[in-house]
Amino acid sequence: MIPPAFEYARPSSVDEAVRTLADGGEDAKFLAGGQSLLPLLRMRLAFPELLVDLGRVPELRGVREDDGTLVIGAMTTHHHVLHDPLVRRHAGLLAAATATVADPAVRHRGTLGGSLAHADPAGDLPAVVLAMDGELVAVGPRGRRVIPAREFFVDYLQTALAPDELLVEVRVPKTDGWGFKYEKFHRVAQAWPIVGVAALVRRDDGHIAEARVGLSNMGSTPLRAATAEEALSGASDPDAVARAAEEAADGTRPAQDTSGSPEYRAHLARVLTKRAVLAAAGMG
Amino acid sequence: MTHISLKVDGTTYEDDVEPRLLLIHYLRDRLGLTGTPIGCDTSNCGSCTVDLDGESVKSCSLLAVQADGGEITTVQGLAQDGELSELQKAFHARHALQCGYCTPGMIMAARDLLREHPHPTPDEVRHGLEGNLCRCTGYQNIVRAVLDVSEEEVKA
Repeated sequence: MIPPAFEYARPSSVDEAVRTLADGGEDAKFLAGGQSLLPLLRMRLAFPELLVDLGRVPELRGVREDDGTLVIGAMTTHHHVLHDPLVRRHAGLLAAATATVADPAVRHRGTLGGSLAHADPAGDLPAVVLAMDGELVAVGPRGRRVIPAREFFVDYLQTALAPDELLVEVRVPKTDGWGFKYEKFHRVAQAWPIVGVAALVRRDDGHIAEARVGLSNMGSTPLRAATAEEALSGASDPDAVARAAEEAADGTRPAQDTSGSPEYRAHLARVLTKRAVLAAAGMG
Repeated sequence: MTHISLKVDGTTYEDDVEPRLLLIHYLRDRLGLTGTPIGCDTSNCGSCTVDLDGESVKSCSLLAVQADGGEITTVQGLAQDGELSELQKAFHARHALQCGYCTPGMIMAARDLLREHPHPTPDEVRHGLEGNLCRCTGYQNIVRAVLDVSEEEVKA
């Protein structure tokens, strides 16, 4: 279908982008890679009056190091992220999960910041950035602020970004030495995960010293499997991991839809957590 | 209206377009390049895949204004002086189609895949084409055609 009519602006800097949006009224929206927004426009599910296209803002693209942190520009495409040498070396979980996002053509246009700001709980990357204890940097008319991933995802398709704020950077701590695995389950080659599990594991002397588990599509936001994480601490063999993974759905509220019931999703969360943690811990 | 300048299959076009105009509609309705079909119109099927500045994109999920200043190749720009590209010949030789609706997008996606992985495994071909749906063939001959081209390159 043909999208509804809108005005269009194409700023060349973050300052100009923020100003243009602020001047554009209540129904002005940023356009990142468009791989979620354009389908919504075509289906006439969104009616922005102004789209502020971020496609020509060079400072929003690229990956750099800041001591123990990787800083990824919000408009860095999935394709760039998954091939970036810094990401591959210091944030393997992010690279691995990004390689499973949609398909090559969508990854050429879709961006990390766009998928986080869209905040679809079925998306792959929100749970990954949550598991990595990432931070999101926003710029608005009142300045710049840092939002921890744990506070960023507020509800279904809703984030802590104010309507006039722009997500400019994603900061993830380097996870050198951590094992990682992203497991997702879907019925066809190209689909949102029915459930996805992002696991990070730090081993010490043969046992799991620390495990972090992010869950996709187990509620209205991406979630951490906190009970399972606690139970995984100290696990030294696959049986202990399997027992801890039984807690993976604790505290979650997965949806009922055509892909599965809440009970089925809880089952998937347990199974995928076991698989992902075993693989991340090198016990698989 | 927004002014755009685009190079499509070697020809430069200047136009004033509505910002909401999708690239696929620009190519088909304004330039008459109907070799690229619209399939699902929801960015699932990949039949509208074209090349923008050296990367495959789904032209139903891109505004024409986003592509402003870019260089686009459609399936109609692949043949040189009436001679089909190696990939097109391989699709023909392997009969890598039945109804043919997905073929332009399939060829553009396969071209992108071979640029990144000149010698893919059958598994890499299947993963590389996972954004392109064919409802007729079961994909076997499509995968064979793509592998044929990578093997031709090895021989040459």
